[in-house]
Amino acid sequence: MTPAATLRIVIVDDSGLRASVLEEGLREAGYDDIHVVLPQGAFVAKLERMAPDVVLMDLGSPSRDTLEEMLAVSRALARPIAMFVDQSDDAMIGAAIDAGVSAYVVDGLRKDRVKPILDLAIRRFNAFARMQSELDEARTALADRKTIDKAKAILMQTRSLSEPDTYALLRSTAMRQNKRIAEVADALITAHSLLGGQP
Amino acid sequence: MTPLSLAFLPLTDSAPLIVARAKGFAEGQGIDLNLVRTTSWATLRDRLVYGQVQAAHMLAPLAIAVNLGLSQHPAAISAPFKLNVNGNALVMASAFALALDPEPAKRVNDPEATAHDFANAIGLYKRKPVIGVVHRFSSHALMLRYWLAYGGVDPDRDVNLRVLPPSFMGEALRLGEIDGFIAGEPWNSVAVAEGAGEIVAAGVNIWRRGVEKVLAMRTDWMEANAETVDRLLVAVSQAAAWCDDPANREELAQMLERPEHVGQPAEWIMAGLSGQLMLRRGDAPVAVPEFVLFHREASGFPWRSQALWIYSQLVRWGMVEADPATERQAADVFRPDVYRRALGAAGLPMPGASMKLEGALTAPLPVGAHRGALTLGPDRFFDGAVFDPEDISGYLAALAR
Repeated sequence: MTPAATLRIVIVDDSGLRASVLEEGLREAGYDDIHVVLPQGAFVAKLERMAPDVVLMDLGSPSRDTLEEMLAVSRALARPIAMFVDQSDDAMIGAAIDAGVSAYVVDGLRKDRVKPILDLAIRRFNAFARMQSELDEARTALADRKTIDKAKAILMQTRSLSEPDTYALLRSTAMRQNKRIAEVADALITAHSLLGGQP
Repeated sequence: MTPLSLAFLPLTDSAPLIVARAKGFAEGQGIDLNLVRTTSWATLRDRLVYGQVQAAHMLAPLAIAVNLGLSQHPAAISAPFKLNVNGNALVMASAFALALDPEPAKRVNDPEATAHDFANAIGLYKRKPVIGVVHRFSSHALMLRYWLAYGGVDPDRDVNLRVLPPSFMGEALRLGEIDGFIAGEPWNSVAVAEGAGEIVAAGVNIWRRGVEKVLAMRTDWMEANAETVDRLLVAVSQAAAWCDDPANREELAQMLERPEHVGQPAEWIMAGLSGQLMLRRGDAPVAVPEFVLFHREASGFPWRSQALWIYSQLVRWGMVEADPATERQAADVFRPDVYRRALGAAGLPMPGASMKLEGALTAPLPVGAHRGALTLGPDRFFDGAVFDPEDISGYLAALAR
């Protein structure tokens, strides 16, 4: 058994995707006692029964107040758990906060055993945030394209322009007004419907 | 322009910070204010302690607890300004409220009788009631404990206090996970409007001038940026004055309604701002005077005696050991010196003292002020006890009897 395997890690997260991204990373690194708990209902009681060594949680999670209260009053936990036990590593704590990771660690756990877990959580949280923003961008791009297509159809119909010309017109208008093409297209669709056109 | 980031929780009493930005008071002081909406107090504390924001809308007892190392790692933070006084209410499930006075207005207006009724209702209820509090170190939790203890209820034994963020309370009550909760507005009014429960007590009727949120900042940052801090306090104080003016209430409620601020219907935000509370769904609103104060009577002034009252309650409930050094440390969290420096030039009436008896005023009292006239409003505790900051042990001994 590797030393890593003796640590029980609980991930409290309501984003199933992020939790699995993190869990997968930890397993690859040799940790195999990992549990994922949804921060709902009686999650605190579940956590107490698990007696974790490390709890990883989204920093912005609204359930952290509930968790901290449990840590403050629980008699079931043999050893106290506190956040970022080692305060000497400012850079590490800064990176964790920026990445949105909070880590609660049992008292007495050595820094060199916690650090790789936290490093990994930070990397995975950051990767997940990047993935999320790429997904958002892709969604926006798709929505934009639909809007632009609709605006082009209106222009082709009302001004009898060719498709390349309608696109050129939208683009030059956007440049003149210092706006995104999708914004100009959106304004055109609104104006068109106000003037009684079919949306 | 000085860029500053401030964290807040979606609550009516974040209003002075939201108004400081939205109505240009911050800009007028050369501050580019960035407001960071946060859902839990733990996250707000971490954002402040670890430097993601320069200041925050914080529970006064939490600011003290962080300094004393009671809420994760100890950190030096200071409160040079109080954002508001009062604004909380206790909501109970209708099934529990049944055992209280049948007239909702009487429950709220007579906290002494209701405390006794509440104690009896616990025995009649189907289980040990679970009451939601927003944080162990919240003004509301301390007020609830104070009120319950008066009725002979041991808050650590006779009820289960469960911590939940304010915005989760209504839902938890509806689902039966909790039987009641004490929180800031608009969450009480929203829960009543949705039929989840009834308002049975108001913070203002427990302590007429109860300390609530403070503007908290890291002490080292505050010392190193005195000039910026002064401008921030001027902007927030101007915003608080704007919030306190009844003529602005409607606009304020609309502003807070926006999803990036509180994100709840203006109608229910208005109830707390005007102190016209619907105590039970479908009932006509009941006037609860002075339900929340933002600026009158120099209400932003951080009296050291008020920090000490909070300390006394932490001692009372066994959250910290009584100790002269701890007592001084708690008092030092409130910084009237910074308030005076920042707002002295603004022409506001300025209290001459930094400590006073808490709960001694039954009628308005003109007091010594450095500038202009200052009248302090009645600040009575509902049980008539007076807190003398020079004799905390005597005060606690009397409460225990």
